[in-house]
Amino acid sequence: MSSFRLEPSTTGAEISFTFDGKRLKGRAGDTLAAALLANGRQLVGRSFKYHRPRGVLTAGPAEPNALVTIGSGAFAEPNTRATMVELYDGLEARSQNCWPSVDFDIGSINGLLAPFLGAGFYYKTFMWPKAFWERVYEPLIRRAAGLGRANHLPDPRRYEKTWAHCDLLIVGAGPAGLAAALTAGRAGLKVILADERFERGGTMLNEREEPEDFDLGEVAAELLSLSNVRIMMRTTVVAHYDDGVFGAVERVQKHLAQPDPNRPLERLWRIVTRHTILATGAEERPIVFAGNDLPGVMMAGAARYYLNRRSIAPGKQTLIFTNGSSGYALAADMEARGLTVAAIVDPSPSTPWAGKAHVIDGVVASVSGGRRPTSASVRQTGSSETTDTFAVDSVAMSGGWSPIIHLACQHGLKPVWSDEFAAFMAPEQGGLTVAGSAAGLSSTSACMIDGAQKSARICADLGRAISPAFSGDTETSKAPRPLWHVANPTGKAFVDFQNDVTAQDLLLAEQEGYGHIELAKRYTTNGMATDQGKLSNVNAIGILAEARGLSPDTIGTTTYRPFYTPLSFGALSGTHVGPHFAAVRRSPLHEWARKNGAEFVESGLWYRSSWFPRKGETTWRQSVDREVATVRASAGICDVSTLGKIEVSGRDAAEFLNRVYCNPFAKLPVGKARYGLMLREDGMILDDGTTSRLTDDTYVMTTTTALAGPVMTHLEFCAQVHWPDLDVRLASVSDQWAQMAIAGPRSRDILSEIVDADISNEAFPYLSARDVSLFQGALKGRLFRISFSGELAFELAVPAGFAESVADAIMQIGARYDICAYGVEALNVLRIEAGHVTHAEINGTVTPADLGFAKMVSAVKPDFIGKAMLRREGLVSQNRPQLVGIKPVDPSHVFRSGAHILNKGAAATLENDQGYVTSSCYSPHLKTTIGLALVADGPNRHGEEVQIWNALKDEYCVGVLCSPAFLTPDGRLNA
Amino acid sequence: MMRYSAFSVFLQGLTGNKGWASAWGSPTPKSHYDVIIVGGGGHGLSTAYYLAKTFGFRNVAVLEKGYVGSGNVGRNTTIIRSNYLLPGNNPFYELSLKLWEGLEQDFNFNAMVSQRGVLNLYHSDGQRDDYARRGNAMRLHGVDAELLDREQVRKMVPFMDFDNARFPIQGGLLQRRGGTVRHDAVAWGYARGAASRGVDVIQHCEVTGIKRDGYRVIGVETSRGFIGCDKLALATAGNSSVVADLAGIRLPIESHVLQAFVSEGLKPFIDTVVTFGVGHFYISQSDKGGLVFGGDIDGYNSYAQRGNLAMVEHVAEAGVSMIPALARVRTLRSWGGIMDMSMDGSPIIDRTHLDNLYLNAGWCYGGFKATPASGYCFAHLIARNEPQETARAFRLDRFERGYAIDERGAGPMPNLH
Amino acid sequence: MASLITCPHCGRRPTQEFTIRSDASLKRPAPDASQADWHDYVFLRPNPRGRHSEHWHHSAGCRRWLVVERDTVTHEVYGVRDVVSDLAGGAR
Repeated sequence: MSSFRLEPSTTGAEISFTFDGKRLKGRAGDTLAAALLANGRQLVGRSFKYHRPRGVLTAGPAEPNALVTIGSGAFAEPNTRATMVELYDGLEARSQNCWPSVDFDIGSINGLLAPFLGAGFYYKTFMWPKAFWERVYEPLIRRAAGLGRANHLPDPRRYEKTWAHCDLLIVGAGPAGLAAALTAGRAGLKVILADERFERGGTMLNEREEPEDFDLGEVAAELLSLSNVRIMMRTTVVAHYDDGVFGAVERVQKHLAQPDPNRPLERLWRIVTRHTILATGAEERPIVFAGNDLPGVMMAGAARYYLNRRSIAPGKQTLIFTNGSSGYALAADMEARGLTVAAIVDPSPSTPWAGKAHVIDGVVASVSGGRRPTSASVRQTGSSETTDTFAVDSVAMSGGWSPIIHLACQHGLKPVWSDEFAAFMAPEQGGLTVAGSAAGLSSTSACMIDGAQKSARICADLGRAISPAFSGDTETSKAPRPLWHVANPTGKAFVDFQNDVTAQDLLLAEQEGYGHIELAKRYTTNGMATDQGKLSNVNAIGILAEARGLSPDTIGTTTYRPFYTPLSFGALSGTHVGPHFAAVRRSPLHEWARKNGAEFVESGLWYRSSWFPRKGETTWRQSVDREVATVRASAGICDVSTLGKIEVSGRDAAEFLNRVYCNPFAKLPVGKARYGLMLREDGMILDDGTTSRLTDDTYVMTTTTALAGPVMTHLEFCAQVHWPDLDVRLASVSDQWAQMAIAGPRSRDILSEIVDADISNEAFPYLSARDVSLFQGALKGRLFRISFSGELAFELAVPAGFAESVADAIMQIGARYDICAYGVEALNVLRIEAGHVTHAEINGTVTPADLGFAKMVSAVKPDFIGKAMLRREGLVSQNRPQLVGIKPVDPSHVFRSGAHILNKGAAATLENDQGYVTSSCYSPHLKTTIGLALVADGPNRHGEEVQIWNALKDEYCVGVLCSPAFLTPDGRLNA
Repeated sequence: MMRYSAFSVFLQGLTGNKGWASAWGSPTPKSHYDVIIVGGGGHGLSTAYYLAKTFGFRNVAVLEKGYVGSGNVGRNTTIIRSNYLLPGNNPFYELSLKLWEGLEQDFNFNAMVSQRGVLNLYHSDGQRDDYARRGNAMRLHGVDAELLDREQVRKMVPFMDFDNARFPIQGGLLQRRGGTVRHDAVAWGYARGAASRGVDVIQHCEVTGIKRDGYRVIGVETSRGFIGCDKLALATAGNSSVVADLAGIRLPIESHVLQAFVSEGLKPFIDTVVTFGVGHFYISQSDKGGLVFGGDIDGYNSYAQRGNLAMVEHVAEAGVSMIPALARVRTLRSWGGIMDMSMDGSPIIDRTHLDNLYLNAGWCYGGFKATPASGYCFAHLIARNEPQETARAFRLDRFERGYAIDERGAGPMPNLH
Repeated sequence: MASLITCPHCGRRPTQEFTIRSDASLKRPAPDASQADWHDYVFLRPNPRGRHSEHWHHSAGCRRWLVVERDTVTHEVYGVRDVVSDLAGGAR
């Protein structure tokens, strides 16, 4: 006989669900595991290695066996614990890791091979022939391994993340947690009470009756009335980080048949608390005996939950194997419901028992049966032979209790073994208190009192003294001597159910030198399954300790790590995925660019206008070629607002700039701009840009787009840490000012129409920089006569809010001069033609000399960032890669950035590598591909023919090294 | 040593597996060794293995404060590759990959070397050009590299987000010979191989002092007493600064925490190693079925093997942005390892200012793939007092002299490498 | 690392608002110091296991550079002050 639902049934409407396609009935309030058991469905999964039939073992998150896939298609969730799934109408569940079905699984043949599949067998074989590992063995192993199947369909559901702050976080809404919350709630503390289950009560839910002085309904009602207490059910606290920060995941809608698509499925909480009470309860330990994994063998506490809470009987002939009182409580519950307990087997019987069942002082030697127990052999204490055999259909076991202390041990603190409790206990630590059965207590009333008293102490510490909501004695009883396993098993006795690790495997690990608990874990995979050893770790420690004749204390535990239970990527990522993976920055000229037809490209967080296709242009190159030609022939306007802009002011601003740039800045006149090179302290170039002196003590600096943030941070470091004595202030004004480049021979004509001042070459020569008034005094702006494109060019900065109108005006006026909008692609062509560098060249490993700026570096300044390290031998070597221009000897040949350079005739080897192409483009003027390159001793090799080598693209051509300036000094192109 | 084979597994299976011997024993420390290697992680054990096997040293001890493989070799994300850019690095990592390719037969231990490919995604023209430069450098050294476009990548890993991304995938650099190895097995295979050649692998033996006579090391103080040696070799990445400090050496290294993660076991989901090109995320799947993934270092100095929630979230965000189906996959466990972050992102295998003290350090987050070559080259240096050809650039004085090996161009900011 | 850092100007804030830069015990040498001193400053780190003082920038806050004293093993923060010690409290 299998498990079944007793009548009269519990309240709860009948609902239907499917398991492996078969329609079954359950009741509202059931977990999936309960509903399966109620239907007599005990075999629900197959184990990892031997594909053994497995059934529901627990009633909680430690479940190693009853893992199913819930839902299908884009909603399919593999490896879901049936014990934690709330049943809803239409729920679809499927078994895993079995073929063709969970009832008849071909993989179970592995069980016959078990003698050859001992711990670590795969490290000793599958090595010959060599090629077979990847072609034959590994694919087979990979298919056999794993549990559920995750499909590749994008997840259509929503997740979110949020913060919560409180004085006291209480984890676990059992008797200790509820009492603690009530106490702290009455004291006025801001309390969060979180519990992974959907019902309040914790292990009280296993009990037949509530304790006299604890009315769960009353307590809950009072808690719900307190506005300073927040009760978060279906919320698992999974991780504990520094400073009282906890990660918790709330299953917002997982229990709903029809989730609201506008609400999240799950929510990640980052809870910041001043103090924490762990009232997380205790985990019942299995006993390792032969056949302990058969479907129908269950933890005694779980059996009580199913019986008392869900009216489900484990069977009609139940044998109870218990070390301690838990099994007796089950026996009493069963007998109260008229069920038969075949016997209670207890290796150290001391629990008072007045029931009908016979108590045997001994152990269960084995349970046998095919897919469920049919008989159990019992060995009486002192005997080495089987003394009794029982016909049974179910077995309940209890090896004792292990406090659930994960959250107390995720900080490097190790659990402490207690002989009194025969368990590992939480280490003491500030800010965290363990209460109730997590602290080793067993009775409901002791847990309640403990929770209340500890909470009251915390309230007092936090300045809110109050008397505990419950009081009394919390005497503890000494735990019985632990029973880890039954010696000399007559069949497979499992320690780790999911990973199929037996006691023999652990002993083999010890024999082979892998006896350290961490090595044993890694060698046997004990504790590495989805339950992370919640049921198996302590037994493994006990077995290894016994084998060596040591205390479990000496063996120690493996390391507790986040997460207490697995949590989804969805919850961890919330809404920050897909298009929302990173914030979007848009230039103040974005709208202007959009309406002028721009294509945009991601550039860090920015979207920059890339090119502006016009009618008839079908490729990006056509647009870019036209934009470049237009700029060189007449005029173009380009959005350069993304450049960093930093205002540097103060009495010592000049001195400050002089120290952060490697070239001189002390004597820059008011109204002038200067190109500057900023180094890192190791002498490599950090960034470049122009800095202009607007008044005596006000400068405006530009940085590259990519380094706007890092340069600001660097300058603040210099100002605050290195030279706090300098009177200098820094303000990032990148977002306040829009900036546009107006380039080309007609640029002055166009700007003259909007700038009020005289900007003729005499009045406003090259490198002028000034505040200007625009549109007859309607607007203030800043005008710079600087050029990145090599042409006559200006950059105009205007307050960001006016950017679009100013650009519109320039386009309108410019139309008469054949102006065009150009994007960063054309800008790139223009700058390569001009031989100007960007971060393609400033790659973090170049010195000023490498880029031809040796003469800019001040020899007279006593100090600037990078000065000292610039003198190192390796930084002054002539053989360093240095900047050159490069073009193909045959203009029809094409090469790309990333191609390497080899001497002509040299073999293609790394030793012969001369450098690489940093930037390349098609120059519409030179009618050929041109590029910039970093080449060993490059500046002394102009005119030399070299191989341009790109094996990735199978492109090879002969190039010639040349000056990086493809434009003549007067601004004309070098033909 | 008892040879492992299908036959031995069969034979032992028939006799209750009673005959398997301890893989590396538990020797008592001798009073003196020709070479003492501090650190029983991957690098220390492989050094001992090659010292014994290739360079004929027999009187060698490896001192490990914890258990064999208790450092980063037991907590990394198992990736091997040789997709390096600079001439100081590239031949060394290629030597390592070649050693991986024959490792299991060499040390008679199945470490599950699986060359399933390493694919680095790019999302911009600039990244593409950087990868082109890198891939061509690899090709110049005869290393396999392919630059894939978007459609080629889509064919390989069709379930990534190609259409709705903040930073759309444009292509990737693929090294097919890259892949994964079962990390613990590497430590065990080397330990067993070294022990069988006479090396004493001594666990639970912490070095607490380095005893000198002028510029010569004469031995180490340990938790199990003084042990003398002719040569002392440090391979304690993660704790290099702490151990080098015992010899009065200050290193160009900071210790940082790197988190890594594994999901619940799944049937085959992804059959190659993929790295996301924006933010930090990479993923592969172990033979057991767990998705193994990680991201960037947390960014601050730490000797605690745990990290912050913010980095966990970032990793997950990048993961789901790359593979939207991951949202339903559950993360089982996260952990942290301590990285020796050097000032240029490259390691150190060199002699020191003490005559007979050798240093192997600074592996950043890339030490695992280097394990065979690191051991081989370090053994070469210890045995011959001359660097192995491919490890010549890993000098300790390279910063002083201006020869940093800086693949990222981040300079002396260890948390940026 | 601590999840929260108490900025002397802004109060207790999540660590993500801050950016670390370097060991605060290192002092930039005088311009005419020896190459060896400069090398030590730029490239060598004490990297202690235990108490460590560091420069952290409140980059998403007041943008002041702070000295954070903390433990690299326990992650406990012992103290936070402005790099300019007389700005330890108060606003600026």
